[in-house]
Amino acid sequence: MSTVASEKLTGFADLDALRSSIQAQREKIETTVVLCGGPGCQAYGCKAVIEAFREALDDEGLEESVQLRVTGCHGFCERGPLVVIRPAGTFYQGVTAEDVPEIIQKTLKNNQLLDRLLYVNAQTSQKVQTEKEVDFYAYQQRIISGANEEIDPECIEDYLAVGGYSALAKALSQMKPDQIIEQITESGLRGRGGGGFLTGRKWQSCRNAQGQPKYVLCNGDEGDPGAFMDRTIMEGNPHSVLEGMCIGAYAIGSNQGYIYVRDEYPLAVENLGIAIQQARELGLLGENILGSGFDFDIRINRGAGAFVCGESTALMASIEGKIGDPRAKYIHTTDVGLFGKPSNLNNVETWANVPQIINRGPDWFSSLGTEHSKGTKVFSLVGKINNTGLVEVPMGIILRDIIFKIGGGIPNGKKFKAVQIGGPSGGCIPETLLDTPVDYEQLTDLGAMMGSGGLIVMDQDTCMVDIARYFMNFLCEESCGKCTPCREGTKIMLDILTRICQGQGTPEDMEQLETLGEDVQTASLCGLGTSAPNPVLSTLRYFRDEYEAHVKDKRCPAGVCRELISFSVTPEACTSCSLCVKACPVEAISGGTRKGKGKERTKVPAVIDQDKCIKCRACYEACKFNAVAVS
Amino acid sequence: MSSEQLSSVEEIDLAAARRIAAEHRAKGSSLVTVLQDVQTEYGYLSREVLEVVAEQMQVPLSQAYGLATFYTSFSLQPRGRYHISVCMGTACHVRGAANVLGKLERDLGIKAGQTTADLKHSLESVNCLGACAAGPIVVINGVQHGKVDSRKVNEILRELD
Repeated sequence: MSTVASEKLTGFADLDALRSSIQAQREKIETTVVLCGGPGCQAYGCKAVIEAFREALDDEGLEESVQLRVTGCHGFCERGPLVVIRPAGTFYQGVTAEDVPEIIQKTLKNNQLLDRLLYVNAQTSQKVQTEKEVDFYAYQQRIISGANEEIDPECIEDYLAVGGYSALAKALSQMKPDQIIEQITESGLRGRGGGGFLTGRKWQSCRNAQGQPKYVLCNGDEGDPGAFMDRTIMEGNPHSVLEGMCIGAYAIGSNQGYIYVRDEYPLAVENLGIAIQQARELGLLGENILGSGFDFDIRINRGAGAFVCGESTALMASIEGKIGDPRAKYIHTTDVGLFGKPSNLNNVETWANVPQIINRGPDWFSSLGTEHSKGTKVFSLVGKINNTGLVEVPMGIILRDIIFKIGGGIPNGKKFKAVQIGGPSGGCIPETLLDTPVDYEQLTDLGAMMGSGGLIVMDQDTCMVDIARYFMNFLCEESCGKCTPCREGTKIMLDILTRICQGQGTPEDMEQLETLGEDVQTASLCGLGTSAPNPVLSTLRYFRDEYEAHVKDKRCPAGVCRELISFSVTPEACTSCSLCVKACPVEAISGGTRKGKGKERTKVPAVIDQDKCIKCRACYEACKFNAVAVS
Repeated sequence: MSSEQLSSVEEIDLAAARRIAAEHRAKGSSLVTVLQDVQTEYGYLSREVLEVVAEQMQVPLSQAYGLATFYTSFSLQPRGRYHISVCMGTACHVRGAANVLGKLERDLGIKAGQTTADLKHSLESVNCLGACAAGPIVVINGVQHGKVDSRKVNEILRELD
């Protein structure tokens, strides 16, 4: 999208005038093709679709009348690459480059729908034309993530066209810093990074703190495996984060901000960098913002692959160029933080909520959610679930609705077993507790936590002891090693869990996991250690029978733990299709073929050589006839 | 190649590190940022490069080495022409990422974190790439491959030859 030439804005009226001119220009555009360029769609090859559209629109001479907008994540990653055609709102899913010429000929030129690209609602089996009708979106409330579709993240005009930076203008022109903090406090906004601390109160502490300069920081070090909410906001709508930080800085009395972005997110770094540059050029960052006399600028720091740097004090040490180890927080970072100065750190999603609250008011925000958990929460819904993707729901919605109504339940007719919430610091919640609402306190009571928003769904084929071992392995590797309880405790717990998974566990091991887990929770220095035992303790609490099966019967009920299982082919069920033979990475399967021709043709069932088998499950997953059995 | 040519190659190399460090020092960047840019230039952090950075940034070599070994995105060894990352995030894990990594380890004859002797492939596991919908994910030199299983590993490796 070409940019509207504009000089630096020196007053609030300039911003309004620019916005009006952009909106007037937009009204002339007849058709917009919105292409999702989010991480999910990229993995499904959306770049080829984008190229195909560019070329085809050029060839057809439509590049003037049809606007192509490549945006951040739309959320419905499962069905990517996604294409939405405005103004009708036609929603095509699973689009390939080969579909593009037909979309242009039929849909763009002749208003015809391409039946095969329409989404079929799972419950009604009806094909639907528009995104609004798609069941995945119907139960969501997308106040933060919804704007992604309106915005090409490299184009500040798109953000301005949907009202971007109006909250900043309102804050700077009409509100005093104390008033802003009051409104954020009243709204009930709590930290979206995991802790759930009241944002307004944190801002107040930092404002009241002695010392200058003060810093505002954005935590974009989204380290929880299976979580990509913040990534999609930074990549898809970077200005919403910048605007939130700028308002926060004005309220707190800071002139310098830092965004700490995970190293694995190069596109987030790039898009934030472009956004900062564009905001500076328009005078929305830098000196004397919109002629208000307020100065504020932002720097980006890249992480370097250390999970612990998501912890506030470790993050600050890392920005300072030091090893990212945390410190005890008897003195809060709002008093002594980055470079020893008062610092206010909030998560990406928290910052993105701020402009909304300023524009729409604290009462609107607090009308969403439960008594103590307000607003919406963005979750990444992943794992053994039909509709993998990014969902935004009002606080208070029950987990069952997220998993079954939005997520469409479990694939392949398998049975739901657990949902892991809160990342490595969180816990696993069983089926019986799925009617729990999404609420900070209620999730904590269950031994899980809100965390940053990863929801990982597990089915009957997931071993809960293996999951506990997986998280402990992760945390043991990521422990910075500064404090003994975390460094040694996670190592010993990992050893015990590994033993249990190998069928060498004893009943005393389970007791030791519990006592050790409680010790690590109590005695560790930072959040990584104090929450590290959660996955173990929550699986012991809700899935004790699986631990007992491993320990007492030397059996893995889910058929996952390699030392405890073997694979075999049921000859009666085998159709000799040879899929398993091809899937086996170590050539352990013989037979599985058909011999002879015509009437003479006979099937030779597959046989697995147990000595060669490495129990990798490849044959089990390849078989379409349930002929491979785990025992 | 004569020894003279060799030494001139080395000189050019270290000049880049010196330049990057000097630029960052003037901007007040942190040592982590300097090492990141230097690694982007060289592909890894050799002892010589670390020495130059430490000297330019006026810190002890131990401090630069400390950072280079604490943060997992730094490598002290050269990496292969094809840098293969296997996502081991939770979503990929429950969909069989460990089997994908195992298959790659067997096929390439190296363990995660290692590079083949011919410097063609290097293999690493990463914690989460945030593309969970298409898991298991394998990334080769920045290009993502989704829904990877043993068979797809064969295809992917064939394409690299």
